[in-house]
Amino acid sequence: MRLIHAATGEGFNPPSANDFELPPFIEGIEWATKPIGLAFLSVILISVFFIAASRKAAVVPSKLQFAGEGVYNFVREGLGREIIGHDFLKFVPYLFTLFTFILVNNFFGIIPFLQFPTMSRVSFPYVLAAITFFIFHYVGIKKQGIVKYLREIMFMPGVPKPVYILLTPIEIATYFLVRPLTLSLRLFANMFAGHLLLLVFFLGGEHLLDGVLGLKLVSPFAFVIGIGLTFFEFMVQVLQAYIFTLLTALYIAGALADEH
Amino acid sequence: MSSLAAGGEVNPLIPHTAEIIAGLIAFSLLYFVLRKRVTPMFEKAFAARTEAIQGGIEKAEKAQREAEAALQMYTKQLADARGEAQTIREEARTQGAAILEEMRSKAQEEASRITASAQVAIEAERQQAITSLRNEVGALATELASKIVGEALDDQVRQSRIVDRFLEDLEKSKK
Repeated sequence: MRLIHAATGEGFNPPSANDFELPPFIEGIEWATKPIGLAFLSVILISVFFIAASRKAAVVPSKLQFAGEGVYNFVREGLGREIIGHDFLKFVPYLFTLFTFILVNNFFGIIPFLQFPTMSRVSFPYVLAAITFFIFHYVGIKKQGIVKYLREIMFMPGVPKPVYILLTPIEIATYFLVRPLTLSLRLFANMFAGHLLLLVFFLGGEHLLDGVLGLKLVSPFAFVIGIGLTFFEFMVQVLQAYIFTLLTALYIAGALADEH
Repeated sequence: MSSLAAGGEVNPLIPHTAEIIAGLIAFSLLYFVLRKRVTPMFEKAFAARTEAIQGGIEKAEKAQREAEAALQMYTKQLADARGEAQTIREEARTQGAAILEEMRSKAQEEASRITASAQVAIEAERQQAITSLRNEVGALATELASKIVGEALDDQVRQSRIVDRFLEDLEKSKK
């Protein structure tokens, strides 16, 4: 769509939310859009890589197994054991799936030809945040019983009674609204904004090439900045995948703890 | 897909049903694959590794214990051997001293025995000498007396001559 605008010499349309609405890549099948295709592609890539890496489960690992173990261990030790602590092992597969799924889908934002972060479609972060939301509440209710769990959320122990007037609504909002929303929106907004930023510089740079000589000379700067931002994006992508998984682990740990 | 309406801005915060379903399916699929095929294998590898390391440590500890025991045994044996050598030396010394003492006393005994027998022999010889001397002196005296009686012993010169001759004869007879 952009290319058409540029080629026809229309005025530059700044990239907008509309650029994230992509047509189906298979004509006639409405749901076969790029983000959905990427989500499934990530499932295939991650599965293939980790099955290949873990297949032998050797005591002395190959390079491939070492790499796979490195990622797994990072989640297992850094997020599982460190944060959830006791009984962390049963949450590791979820945290591991979450981390790799978000990470690879974020990487899609800068992988040539794919170049679209799946998580910039808000539906995906919503789904992931919802799963985390259900898991940590379920874990809390199962551990402490629904009454005790809700009481501890609403009436934080060790607080003077009048404070509850203020604290209880905040706590309820935190646990049932703010947490899932911030979790999903943080990821979504980062990916969305990052992609938009790259679009601005690359499409802008491209558009500048069509302009007069002076603008043509400026164009390379746009590309250089775009490339710099791509590296910056890489950092953000890793960070966001980490933060999402970290917060999930923290919420689970909080639900498991007796005192909030 | 209704938000892909022609014209106007779409609201990026409105989720798409198809994407929600796809996201759920994709994520669940990935979860089950990783849960079934990947995490158990990694855990297995970790467990095997831990076991291998622990086994190695245990083996090393066992070897060390064994080496220490062997060292102790050898040290003890060495000490024993030293002690034994000491006793043997001591024994040899006392034995040597005893042998020396015995030898000495034996020699002393032998010496005194020899001395005694020599004294006995000397005594016997002396006795014999005395006896034979007495016999001889008697005989001599008798002979001398008969000679003196046979010749007239009137003067001093004669008398001394007779004695000289007697002694001469005595000498001759001794030869």
